[in-house]
Amino acid sequence: MTTLIEAEHLYRYYGKHCAVHDVSFTLSKGEVLGFLGPNGAGKTTTMQMLCGNLAPSAGQIKINGFDLLDQPRPAKQSLGYLPDTPPLYRELSVQEYLHYCAQLHGVPRHSIRQAVDKAKERCGLGDVADRLITNLSKGFQQRVGIAQAILHNPEIIILDEPTVGLDPIQIREIRELIRELGQDHGVILSTHILTEVQESCSHVQIIHQGRLILNETIAGLNRQMNTGTLRVATRLEPNVGVLLTLPGVTSIDKITEHQIKIHHSMTDNTVERIAETIIASGWGLQELTPVKQSMEDIFITLTQEPKQIDL
Amino acid sequence: MILAIAAREFKTLFLSPMAWTILAILQFILAFLFLSQVETFTMLQPKLTAIEGAPGLTDIVVTPLFGNAAIILLLATPLLTMRLICEERRNKTLSLLLSAPVSNGDIIIGKYLGTLGLLLLIILLTALMPLSLLAGGELDFGKLFANMLALLLLVSTFAAIGLFVSCLAGHPTVAALGTFGLLLVLWLIDWTTGIEDQRSELFEYLSLLRHFQNIQTGLISSADISYFLLVTGTFILLSIRRLDNDRLQK
Repeated sequence: MTTLIEAEHLYRYYGKHCAVHDVSFTLSKGEVLGFLGPNGAGKTTTMQMLCGNLAPSAGQIKINGFDLLDQPRPAKQSLGYLPDTPPLYRELSVQEYLHYCAQLHGVPRHSIRQAVDKAKERCGLGDVADRLITNLSKGFQQRVGIAQAILHNPEIIILDEPTVGLDPIQIREIRELIRELGQDHGVILSTHILTEVQESCSHVQIIHQGRLILNETIAGLNRQMNTGTLRVATRLEPNVGVLLTLPGVTSIDKITEHQIKIHHSMTDNTVERIAETIIASGWGLQELTPVKQSMEDIFITLTQEPKQIDL
Repeated sequence: MILAIAAREFKTLFLSPMAWTILAILQFILAFLFLSQVETFTMLQPKLTAIEGAPGLTDIVVTPLFGNAAIILLLATPLLTMRLICEERRNKTLSLLLSAPVSNGDIIIGKYLGTLGLLLLIILLTALMPLSLLAGGELDFGKLFANMLALLLLVSTFAAIGLFVSCLAGHPTVAALGTFGLLLVLWLIDWTTGIEDQRSELFEYLSLLRHFQNIQTGLISSADISYFLLVTGTFILLSIRRLDNDRLQK
């Protein structure tokens, strides 16, 4: 596997505020790397540094073997970047815009038409090619942005929140596209939605307050998420104290008198035991729903049990 | 790569009404001034024939025409240059250029050449007016060429200054106002030389107007040409530095 990106000990300060703190990672061909983190975690700053839009305060970035500072031109040649706001010239038509992007990225003159046609087809822009970008809906504009990033067939594609503003069908199409691109490119995408990472990425990095707190494969992430949450509704008020004594139950939140949330570990058949206890106590079980894990849960797991990260 | 950026910039100018409006208004005003100069010449003509070595058609029509064009372009150039970098930054389209395999120098020079293309077009259109006089008279081509060169050097300088201010400003209007202010100061700076005791050679040297008028008279000296080239080069370099600085923003 060829290493496409090597980032070593990146720091970025805005004044005294440290937006990115000692971030190091690598990206290889065939990987789809998801940057996961809440707003303001430093995802966009990291991506801007990777694309040469922002100089790191310290650290080194190598793109495809070229140092981004010393040899920016060959390094950027293998980059396709979609920033958080798509960089669109609104007064141009989609066709004109993509043509210009191809020129900028040094696509040879004779293959520009072919490259533009392919990007349009991949992003479903065939019908709107002659329309002005300003008249397109948000979703289409986002797709033009993605088309621009994959146009010159770069080895590395960096997408900053690519599915923002798309409808569910489009989101599915874009995820499909990302998976497809991931087969013979290196892709980095950022998001704050956990399911997006689980569906389209092969690797995940969680960034929190500028620090990399997790760098794992998706399988590793799922292993990390060994806690679950149950929502339980009963007819009578349950005795929280009794439930807490069960092995595997970590904590209980009371929502209303008859509704509680139980946080538990995935091991030891805890769920089964909880259900048995509730029925045996005769509280009148009405609902027992596993709650899908949110990123918040992972953060809580990761930040509260730092020992598990080292495993 | 530079040419791709320049061509895009040039075409974009014509996508908005801006370039068309400026071309139309400029052409209208200059045509009016041209006509009045021709009128003056026909009135003076009988008297002029009596004088030995009197100013000819070129002196009376062409030189004032290009002088007026310079003043009008002083007003118009800031409007053309204001959006160059400033608007890219506001619309967040600058990151497209920054992450493409082009250097900041390419971006700045490309944008500069794109604008200069339109200004060149304006100069050529202006030159067409005196050329129409060939139908019934004769022109001093050397002087006409000197005037065109003077105007070209002048607007190149205008554009470079405008480009730099556009790199600095956060809003196009601010860029236009800033450029206009700066150009006007450089234009007027030698007014102090009117006061006999307080002549300042430095101010006199800095003045755009003086160098422009020198070339306009037909005296093409390397001192005047290098003044324009120096100012243009300095402001282009400053613009590139300023764009580099964006990456390092604190």
